[in-house]
Amino acid sequence: MSAWEVVIGLEIHTQLATKSKIFSGAATAYGAEPNTQACLVDLGYPGVLPVLNAEVVRMAVRFGLAVGARIAPRSVFARKNYFYPDLPKGYQISQYELPIVAGGELAITDAEGKAKRIGITRAHLEEDAGKSVHEGFGEYSGIDLNRAGTPLLEIVSEPDLRSAQEAVAYMRKIHSIVRYLGISDGNMQEGSFRCDANVSVRPRGQQELGTRTELKNLNSFRFVERAINFEVERQIDLLEDGGSVVQETRLYDAERDETRSMRGKEEANDYRYFPDPDLLPVEIDESFVEAVRASLPELPDAKRARFVEQYGLKPADAEILTQSRALADYFEEAADAAGDPRLAANWITGELSGALNRDGLEISASRVDAAALALLLRRIADNTISGKIAKEVFDAMWQGEGDADAVIAQRGLKQITDTSAIDEIVAGVIAAHPEQVAEFRAGKEKILGFLVGQVMKESRGKANPGQVNESLRRKLAEE
Amino acid sequence: MSMAAGELHALTLAELARGLEAGDYTSRELTEALLERVSAVGERLNAFITLTADEALAAADRADRHRAEGKSGPLTGLPIVHKDIFCTRGVRTTCGSRMLDNFVPPYDATVVERLAGAGAVSLGKTNMDEFAMGSSNETSYYGPVRNPWDLARSPGGSSGGSAAAVAARLVPAATGTDTGGSIRQPAALTGTVGLKPTYGRVSRHGMVAFASSLDQAGVITRSAEDAALLLGAMAGFDERDSTSVEEPVPDYRASLDEPLSGLRVGIVRQHFDAGLDEETGRRVREAIAVLEAQGASVREVDLPNLDLSVPTYYVVAPAECSSNMSRFDGVRFGHRAADADELLELYCNSRGEGFGAEVKRRILTGTYVLSAGYYDAYYLKAQKVRQLIADDFRKAFAEVDLIAGPTAPTPAFALGDKTDDPITMYLNDIYTIGANLAGLPGISVPCGLADGLPVGLHLVGAPFAEARLLNCAHRYQADTDWHRQAPEGWE
Repeated sequence: MSAWEVVIGLEIHTQLATKSKIFSGAATAYGAEPNTQACLVDLGYPGVLPVLNAEVVRMAVRFGLAVGARIAPRSVFARKNYFYPDLPKGYQISQYELPIVAGGELAITDAEGKAKRIGITRAHLEEDAGKSVHEGFGEYSGIDLNRAGTPLLEIVSEPDLRSAQEAVAYMRKIHSIVRYLGISDGNMQEGSFRCDANVSVRPRGQQELGTRTELKNLNSFRFVERAINFEVERQIDLLEDGGSVVQETRLYDAERDETRSMRGKEEANDYRYFPDPDLLPVEIDESFVEAVRASLPELPDAKRARFVEQYGLKPADAEILTQSRALADYFEEAADAAGDPRLAANWITGELSGALNRDGLEISASRVDAAALALLLRRIADNTISGKIAKEVFDAMWQGEGDADAVIAQRGLKQITDTSAIDEIVAGVIAAHPEQVAEFRAGKEKILGFLVGQVMKESRGKANPGQVNESLRRKLAEE
Repeated sequence: MSMAAGELHALTLAELARGLEAGDYTSRELTEALLERVSAVGERLNAFITLTADEALAAADRADRHRAEGKSGPLTGLPIVHKDIFCTRGVRTTCGSRMLDNFVPPYDATVVERLAGAGAVSLGKTNMDEFAMGSSNETSYYGPVRNPWDLARSPGGSSGGSAAAVAARLVPAATGTDTGGSIRQPAALTGTVGLKPTYGRVSRHGMVAFASSLDQAGVITRSAEDAALLLGAMAGFDERDSTSVEEPVPDYRASLDEPLSGLRVGIVRQHFDAGLDEETGRRVREAIAVLEAQGASVREVDLPNLDLSVPTYYVVAPAECSSNMSRFDGVRFGHRAADADELLELYCNSRGEGFGAEVKRRILTGTYVLSAGYYDAYYLKAQKVRQLIADDFRKAFAEVDLIAGPTAPTPAFALGDKTDDPITMYLNDIYTIGANLAGLPGISVPCGLADGLPVGLHLVGAPFAEARLLNCAHRYQADTDWHRQAPEGWE
């Protein structure tokens, strides 16, 4: 065990999936032409005023309730003042002293497989800034303000995480929760879900925290893990060489797999926070909170436990199947229609996941929907096809050749269950392999597998394996 | 036309409305007459930054058409002007600053939209202290406005252009904004009526912000009746301003004639202490006596924390100003320095060139009081005092209906008199600032002359007591004719 203890806290920025911006009516859709989704409020024009989008409040409350947090009856928007070209007003509207959500927690599974509780300090609402574009403008920079005013929920954890793996597990958990709640699409490529990590190390057993650095804008689970691991190692090396860690903001460079100092400029900023006089405090009453609570969906932890209980799944399968609400819904639909939950679980975590990964598709875009998969599984259960043939049928379905019954009929894959037909093939195989038959009769039981294989080959995989076994044993015993 | 066009400028909005309705003259004739007066004699005052004659005539023609079609509203065809702080679509809006010398807003402020919607005809945009920061109109990039009562004197500020234009009978009514007294003080110094409504009564959407928690749009007119007419069209909730209040708008004109018997008027002893010009004090006491003669009772009320209002204001207002001014960075609109090689230089040069000295002073003060280590000692403490002042008023309004006193400590002062001494300049707002800190409505009504210069009676009411203020001012005007006295040469 290392002599150093790692202490990590995460600030996760989740883009809320509203149609319009947090303080204006402009659209939030990703990928529009630069500056086509920025209205006068987003541009910070003289005289225009922010008006809070009620939907973001509902979303923040949903998150707060999902992590068992307190919903502040009164929260306040403040101005964070600094100059930057992609910040049109010269201040960002954010919540500072009085956030809307405080004091929640969730459980992750630690390295030993035990549940570990991670505290959530707070979650607050804020607006995103625009984007500076440094390529394509010669010696100038371009500004795209489409993103300015996009609603964000910043979720701040306690410094409870003790390794990069735990940090990733926590981040995945939050990712799954916000998507379950339908408050964010969680799309990391588009920047809808990103995080800053506060990282420090201290000698094991020491109470007080070491000096931390802040790693900025980590937008994939892999980068979070690699950036933290690099930073932990860098800090330990520094300290072991008798140096000290400087409190600063660092940027992770994925190409070089290292973190680099952003040179203190940021730290020198005094943001001069003060309550935004253009916005009234957000007041939330108990009945609103209860109405939101009543509308919460089943969350990943509860769903996982139910899948184990109700469907008899292995915890590991239940974990995979509850990673997203869409996948869990797919599973439940397929399991119920097929009548065999474990078979459905095996197929979804096996063949289906493989096909989705291969084609880079989300479950929602699967080429085989839950009903179609269920039909295929029923054809296995009713012995129309074997499990092995089913894979061929599945591939054909994936290629768009129709449903399971159509593929089976077209390709003539219906399983041979006619005893006389199987007996006929078996007789042929026995006749063709006298040496092996003799060995079997001499007591070499294992050779049966070879003979079964020959029969299956003869039948092009269509013979019912159980019946083949039975027929072979019967005929070998006869003579 | 039964009345000579030359006399129209002397009439109030209410009188003009009757004339238009009777068909004595058209809105076009009225508009032409006023535009002519502005170009003939108005330029001496420097009250306008932008005149929009073509747009005004087009609007007047529309108004005449509407009237002919029987579609006229309360303000149809009536001429007004807007303080150059209200955004006007397609018409440049400078805020009296070089920073916005080239700024043409793509939208109308709610105030502009509502008045136009009610049929008012805007003749142009009036001069003002830069970004409404000033009490003398001397901080304007476009030069000071002159007071028609004495061209060597200031009309007050920051709505000095609006006040001077109304006082000089260039136009019967104007919009203004009031953050610490910017409507009421110039109204007092020019002998006009200046109404600052309750915070949230009128939408701030489209009004370039100086100090957001204090700014409020209002009007400058010659009669309380005209103020009632305009406020009725401007006021009301606006979904584009979260701080506007969902409170029904009463018919302010309906209650103008209510008798004052039973009205409880409070006076604050400190208002008549040292610092108040003697003649001014006498005029104000005489005015209060007129109210008493109409049946009002007068008693003293205590506002123990009022002495702290000026220092409190000069922490809160600059703090908000420092943040509100940040959007003027030379990037998207407004002045951009020509010779910047990199970003910081662009910011520094654009802002350095675009802002005048008083704006810079307030940005620096505001930045200081919000800075880490000073926030608690200044900004937070000022907010606490602000609460105490509001509490004082609340207690006082349990005992009285209105508080009466002087609007400004002296009549109009000479241009250049106070420009070297910001603190003395700030003290000009000593009687008006309290209403802004507490969000209360206030009105200044002309109540006589001191050494030949106008004096204003200041009335402050409880939240949404505009109808009461206008009623009291109107009844006062029914018994006096100070508001009918034009400055010499401007009759």
